Amino acid sequence: MQTHLTRRGLLLGIPFALSASALSAGLFSQTIPDDLDLALRRSTDASLYTVEIAPVDPSVRLGKMHAWTLGLTDKRGRPVESARIAISGGMPQHGHGLPTAPAVTQTLGEGRFLIEGMKFNMRGWWEIDLTIDGPSGTDAITFNFIL
Amino acid sequence: MRRTLHALPVVAVGAIVLAIGATDPVAWNEEELAVVRSLSLDELPPLPADPSNRVADDPRAVRLGKAFFFDTRFSSNGQVACATCHQPDRQFQDDRALSLGVGRTNRRAMPIAGMAYSPFLFWDGRKDSLWAQALGPLESAVEHGGDRTQYAHVVSAHHAEAYTEVFGPLPRLDTLPPHAGPVSDPIAAAAWGSMDGADQLAVNDVFANIGKAIAAYERTILPPETRFDAWIASAAFPKPGLLTEDEIAGLRLFIGEAGCINCHNGPLLTDNHFHNTGVPAVAGLPDDRGRVAGSAQVLDDPFNCLGPYSDANPVDCTELRFMAPAGEEMLRAFKTPSLRGVASRSPYMHAGQIETLDQVIVHYSAAQRAPEGLSELRPLNLDETQRRYLGAFLASLDPIQ
Repeated sequence: MQTHLTRRGLLLGIPFALSASALSAGLFSQTIPDDLDLALRRSTDASLYTVEIAPVDPSVRLGKMHAWTLGLTDKRGRPVESARIAISGGMPQHGHGLPTAPAVTQTLGEGRFLIEGMKFNMRGWWEIDLTIDGPSGTDAITFNFIL
Repeated sequence: MRRTLHALPVVAVGAIVLAIGATDPVAWNEEELAVVRSLSLDELPPLPADPSNRVADDPRAVRLGKAFFFDTRFSSNGQVACATCHQPDRQFQDDRALSLGVGRTNRRAMPIAGMAYSPFLFWDGRKDSLWAQALGPLESAVEHGGDRTQYAHVVSAHHAEAYTEVFGPLPRLDTLPPHAGPVSDPIAAAAWGSMDGADQLAVNDVFANIGKAIAAYERTILPPETRFDAWIASAAFPKPGLLTEDEIAGLRLFIGEAGCINCHNGPLLTDNHFHNTGVPAVAGLPDDRGRVAGSAQVLDDPFNCLGPYSDANPVDCTELRFMAPAGEEMLRAFKTPSLRGVASRSPYMHAGQIETLDQVIVHYSAAQRAPEGLSELRPLNLDETQRRYLGAFLASLDPIQ
C-alpha cells in the first residue's frame, strides 16, 4: 500500500500539527513553567517604570472579589503620582481572561494606587497585564501570579 | 522457629505494602489533600450579605417570602408558583429539560440551594441578586405569566398584614387596573402605559419587595451534607470508607487529569462564572447567546444593585461595577452549575440537552466544537473506566438519605 504524502497534504497538515503541539505544550496542561518569574516588583517592558503590586489581604481566596495596591516609580525611582493604568489578564493555560474587569479606583499618594475588582475563579497560573500611561510614556508589564 | 520470627516483619511489611497498593495506588500529597478539603461543605463561608436587600436576613421576610414562593395566585392562570419549577423535594428543580410554567420556557430550571453565594443569577447571569432574579419569571409570559398590578393586588388581598410588618404600609391600589405591567401582553402593557408615573413607581416598590421577601426565603435554602462531605470529616479520610476506591479514583481524576475542578471548585463545586463548553444548540429553540446577552441585560435592569429599588450603597455593588465586558469568550457561555446533588437531577445543561450524567462526561471528554463562539474544552480522551470513576465520584455528591 502506497501512502500519498503530497506537498499540499503536508502544508495543510502544518496548522494541525502546530495546534496539536500547542495543546500538548501547555494550552490545557496543568504544569506551570519552572522558570516563571513570580516577582511582584519589576521593571516594565521598556524599563520606563518600576511597578510593584500586592494584594491588600495577602491571603487571596479563590472566587472572592478583592483589592490590590500598585506602587509606581519612574526610571530614577521617583514616585509617579498620576498615570492611567489599565488592567487585564487571564490564564494562559486555559485561554480565558479575568472573570472581572478590575480598575484603579483611588490614587493613594506617593505613587500608590488602589486596584479594585480583582477575582480569580480558578486555581493555577494567572497573568496580570498592566498598561501604564504616565509622564514618561506608555509601557506595559505582565506579572505572573499562582493561586 | 527463629528463622520464622525473622521472616515475620518482612511478611508484615510486605502485607502493608500490598494493602496500600490495593487501596491507595498513588498517595495523596498535601496540596491534593488541601484541594479535596476545599470542596467540603465545611469550607462554605457564612452567607454573603446582600446590601441591595435590607430584609435579606429578616425572619419575618423569610416567612413572607416562603408564602409567596408557594402561592399559585402569583400567576396568570392561578396554577403556577415558584415551587412549580423549583420543587422542594426535588432539589428545587423540576427534572425537565425545559421548564413548564403557564407555557414552555427555553431553559432548564436551576436548583436553588446555595444560590445566595452566586453574584449573578440565571444561566446567563442576567440578574445580580436573588430578589431581582425572582422578578424575572413572575413577568415572563411563559412562566408565571402575570403582571405588576395583579401581583400588588394579590399581596394586598392575601398577604397585607405580613407585608406591612416587613415593608410598611402598601400604597393605595384600589384605583389601579387589575392587570398592568411592562409585559408582552398588549392589554396589560397598554394599561401600564396609561398609569401615572407615581403609581408606576409605587407598584414597582411592591413588586421589588415581593422579590426581596422571596430572596430572604431562598437565602435559607442551603445544600445538605453529602456522603463526600461525611467522608472528608471521617477518620478514614483520605482512605476508602464512606467513599469507595472507585469513587476516590474519580475524585482524583476530578481534581487532576480531567480538570473538572478548574470550573467546579470550592465547596459548592462551582466558580459561579460563565463558560462556553460546546454544549449543542437545541433545534427549534431561539438562538441562545448565553452570557453575552445576559451581561448586557443585567446592566440595563432597573432592579439591579445600582438601580432605584436597590438598598445598596453603590460602592457595595462590586460585582456589577467590575463586571467583565461581554467579549467573544462569553458568547454561548453559561453559568457553571453546582455539582452538589447532580447525579439525581437529570437532564443536564442549560436546556437539558444531555440526558444522562454518563453522556455529560462523554461530552466533556470529547470536547466537541461549540455551535457558536469558542469552547474552552480540550479533548481529555478518558477511557471507559475513567469515565465510570468520575460518574461514581459525582454520585457521592448526592445528599445523605
